[in-house]
Amino acid sequence: MSPLAASLLKVAACLGLMLANGVVMIWMLRKVLGHLHLRYGPLEAGPSGIFQTTMDVLKLLTKEDVTPNAADRALFYVAPLAVFVPSLAAYAALPFAPELRAVRLDAGLLYTFAALSLVPIGILMAGWASANKWSLIGGMRAAAQQIAYEVPLLLSVLPIVMLVGSADLGRIVEAQSGVWAGFLPRWFIFDPLLLPTFVVFAVAALIETNQTPFDMSEAESELVAGWATEYSAMKFGLLFLSEFSNQFIISALAVTLFFGGWLLPWVPESVSVALAPVTFLLKTYVGIFMLMWIRGTYPRVRIDTLMQLGWKRLIPISLALVVVMGVVIKALPALARVVG
Amino acid sequence: MHTAALDHLTLAAFVVVGALFVPLTVFASNLLAPRKPDARKGATYECGVEPVGPPWVQFRIGYYVYALLFVVFDIETVFLYPWAVAFNALGAFVLIEMLFFIAILAFGLWYAWKEGALSWR
Repeated sequence: MSPLAASLLKVAACLGLMLANGVVMIWMLRKVLGHLHLRYGPLEAGPSGIFQTTMDVLKLLTKEDVTPNAADRALFYVAPLAVFVPSLAAYAALPFAPELRAVRLDAGLLYTFAALSLVPIGILMAGWASANKWSLIGGMRAAAQQIAYEVPLLLSVLPIVMLVGSADLGRIVEAQSGVWAGFLPRWFIFDPLLLPTFVVFAVAALIETNQTPFDMSEAESELVAGWATEYSAMKFGLLFLSEFSNQFIISALAVTLFFGGWLLPWVPESVSVALAPVTFLLKTYVGIFMLMWIRGTYPRVRIDTLMQLGWKRLIPISLALVVVMGVVIKALPALARVVG
Repeated sequence: MHTAALDHLTLAAFVVVGALFVPLTVFASNLLAPRKPDARKGATYECGVEPVGPPWVQFRIGYYVYALLFVVFDIETVFLYPWAVAFNALGAFVLIEMLFFIAILAFGLWYAWKEGALSWR
């Protein structure tokens, strides 16, 4: 196979996964939120309504695409592109199995964060181009949130990079293989030194993906639909596909960094390797379920509280965690991996 | 057969395919969808009320200060990554050097905090 064909095939696989994720996650969100609210969620289209999102996509395809008269037309058309492309590109470095990933990057972790951090530029673009006050407020909130939480998110995973000595996502997963004391998987989440890291990462990740309780940029009870208010038809569909896809990416990153990625403990290696992609996807979907559970449980926080939390708590804490990890690795190397 | 050149080709393919997918989908939707624009449909949506004043309002300076701080801290965080990757391979001295770097970073944060740049007004 020519290199170009191989590349295109990889991209097509990631695009297919992204679309499938969108369809499954939207149905899952409606089902999970429904049951959390003591109702059923979608029921009519197919058993338990599993074809609901497919039908919604078909409906979106046949909807009129309205561009507001006041909008900045060029930016209005470019914004879905600016949201969608980085969202798709973020799949490139994810390690689904030992040999199953689109590209093998030494800085895969940094690359994925870089791709994700481009999304708010598109959101800001959409908010500005819509010429709507709701959209503009939503877009500005998204940008403010982004700049408050990009730093703690990047800092919080630094101790893991120090411990592994690599920012390659595959190497980070391999460093978590094996079990401790015969039963406890050597995942980083079970390492007492890295548990606070996970807390910082989880909060920053929720905010980075504009998830409730930090969904101020959408805030349907305050801002109609936030930055997406003026979008309709397929442009709206693509914007929201990217939003859902980003939740998948962040959940996959959490699985890779803290929950052993494709690794399945307590089974022979041959079984673990054979089931690797399934394990990875299942773990990721457990993470997505947690996101939806949080969404159904907590009220939204206020934006000033959110900004203060980021700059005054999470950044100092994550800096301190980096220092602690550095000192522990150099002074007491035995303590650095207690579970190991 | 993983080579850096091939990986970069794949990354470029991600951008190109993504950039083609969006217009194609929107085009397909425009083929199927009706198109009946009118003045009311194209009006800015403000919950049924006529918009008052320009939509592109000026935003307060608070956003600007945060953005400046963000640029500084984000770049310094990226500087920490190569250090973290090489951390195990190098001796204890790199830890001391980095403690200085982080101390300067922390001092900057403390100064911004003291000056009230971190408070949302």
